[in-house]
Amino acid sequence: MAKHDIGYFAHEGLSNMFSHGFMSFAAVGITVACLLIMGTFTLVAVNANELLRDLEQENEILAYVDDSYTETEAKALQTTLEAVPNVASAVYISKEQAMEDFVAQYPDEDMFQDLDPEILRDRYAIKITDLEQIRQTKETVEGIPGIARVNAYEEIAGGFITVRNVATVICVALIVILFVVSVFIISNTIKLTTFDRRDEIAIMRMVGATNGFIRWPFVYEGFMMGLLGAVIAFFSQWGLYAAVTRGVDNNDTLQLIHVIPFQELWVPVAAVFAAAGILIGVGGSLSAIRKFLQV
Amino acid sequence: MIRLKDVEMEYDNGTRAIKGISLTIEDGEFVFLVGPSGSGKSTIIKLLTGEVEPCRGRIMINGFSVSNISEKQIPLMRRTLGIIFQDFRLIEKKTVYDNLAFVMRAVGASPKEIKNRIPYVLQLVGLEKKAGSYPTELSGGEQQRVAIARALVNNPNTIIADEPTGNLDPERSLELMSLLVKINQLGTTVVVVTHEKDLVDRFGKRVVTIDSGHVVNDSVGGYVGGSIHG
Repeated sequence: MAKHDIGYFAHEGLSNMFSHGFMSFAAVGITVACLLIMGTFTLVAVNANELLRDLEQENEILAYVDDSYTETEAKALQTTLEAVPNVASAVYISKEQAMEDFVAQYPDEDMFQDLDPEILRDRYAIKITDLEQIRQTKETVEGIPGIARVNAYEEIAGGFITVRNVATVICVALIVILFVVSVFIISNTIKLTTFDRRDEIAIMRMVGATNGFIRWPFVYEGFMMGLLGAVIAFFSQWGLYAAVTRGVDNNDTLQLIHVIPFQELWVPVAAVFAAAGILIGVGGSLSAIRKFLQV
Repeated sequence: MIRLKDVEMEYDNGTRAIKGISLTIEDGEFVFLVGPSGSGKSTIIKLLTGEVEPCRGRIMINGFSVSNISEKQIPLMRRTLGIIFQDFRLIEKKTVYDNLAFVMRAVGASPKEIKNRIPYVLQLVGLEKKAGSYPTELSGGEQQRVAIARALVNNPNTIIADEPTGNLDPERSLELMSLLVKINQLGTTVVVVTHEKDLVDRFGKRVVTIDSGHVVNDSVGGYVGGSIHG
């Protein structure tokens, strides 16, 4: 493609965009809305995933050591436990330490203050790598000689996984639906331009213009609408995210939620918005112009 | 050179528009293609421009075999042709200059080539002073001359004019036909589809008469046969 052609295509694309100002505005607007909805859900999913990862890390299995084991024997189990697949770490907690931790949870309860640690068992706090394999890991740990009982909160772990999976499915479904809607609307906007310029297209074909030459101005039009939509959506997303972050930070009941700062996310957000915007614009324009290129 | 050999063409709805036409038009010839409405003239134009494909037979145009031309070659074949339509088909929002420039750009001409070529072609059709005018500011005759300039601007081997005088009064029709003859004298092959018997007779050129999908007459000097008005 010659340099003067690029200038011509860009000029034609831009003038097409302005010649149908309202429809172009609507197409850019719908692209912004779609990207913003997609972006918001994705950012919610990213934050939820991060939160779930934190929770996963805090989720632990408690393996109680048999009462008949001495402290030395109990501590010797650590190597065996750490060799179990999916075990990230196994921390030994003596019954005395466990009692101290328990009492510390209820500083105002006098009846807990003089309890004998012997009523508790030595135990291991086991952290696992993959929450989805918690059941198998529990069964393996239960089979180790010297382990009397294992407490694993499988239902809670299952809940975490369900939340994450549902969020991912909703996110993907929304992205697909909104993507198709955006392509459809941009395609229809560009169809208006192609309809308006059908005589020009017919003449271009008749004088021997290649399909590529005819297609490029419309591709540029879609490209520019998609990119403009992406830029507006990016800054809107930034503003929205900053407002939500401020709201969460200032809310006492939401202190447990850690929102990832936008500074850590802006590069992938900008890249995805630009790519999605351009894809929507170019995809829409190619779909609009297709029937005009049949010889 | 244009050559049609035993060409047959049937549309999807079953209409047999061309029923075995063989015709040769040599480089530099001036040919009138005449016949009543529905005789197959327009189908011949569509076959020559590659808009439709023949069901049978062979078509060669300026070195391209249209019968089995690839999609990529169609634009290249069309660049050897200049088409003039009855309804001019000018872009109203473009000036005369831009109407010409955009068809040059469409075939990859550089800005310098466009700048050099357009004044020459406008001078050829006598519209050098109308370069900045819009089509709506021109008379019918002037608009058709712009269409001729547009057909010429990419320097084609052959000009195909489909009822070019259909929307013009007799004086303008004569002027326009004289212009096409002048273009032909400069070496371009010209094929004119027309209804206008008087005009055909006046120029004494080769006349090919089409009726019911057949060539019924091919002679020099004027129209031979019944009414050609459709």
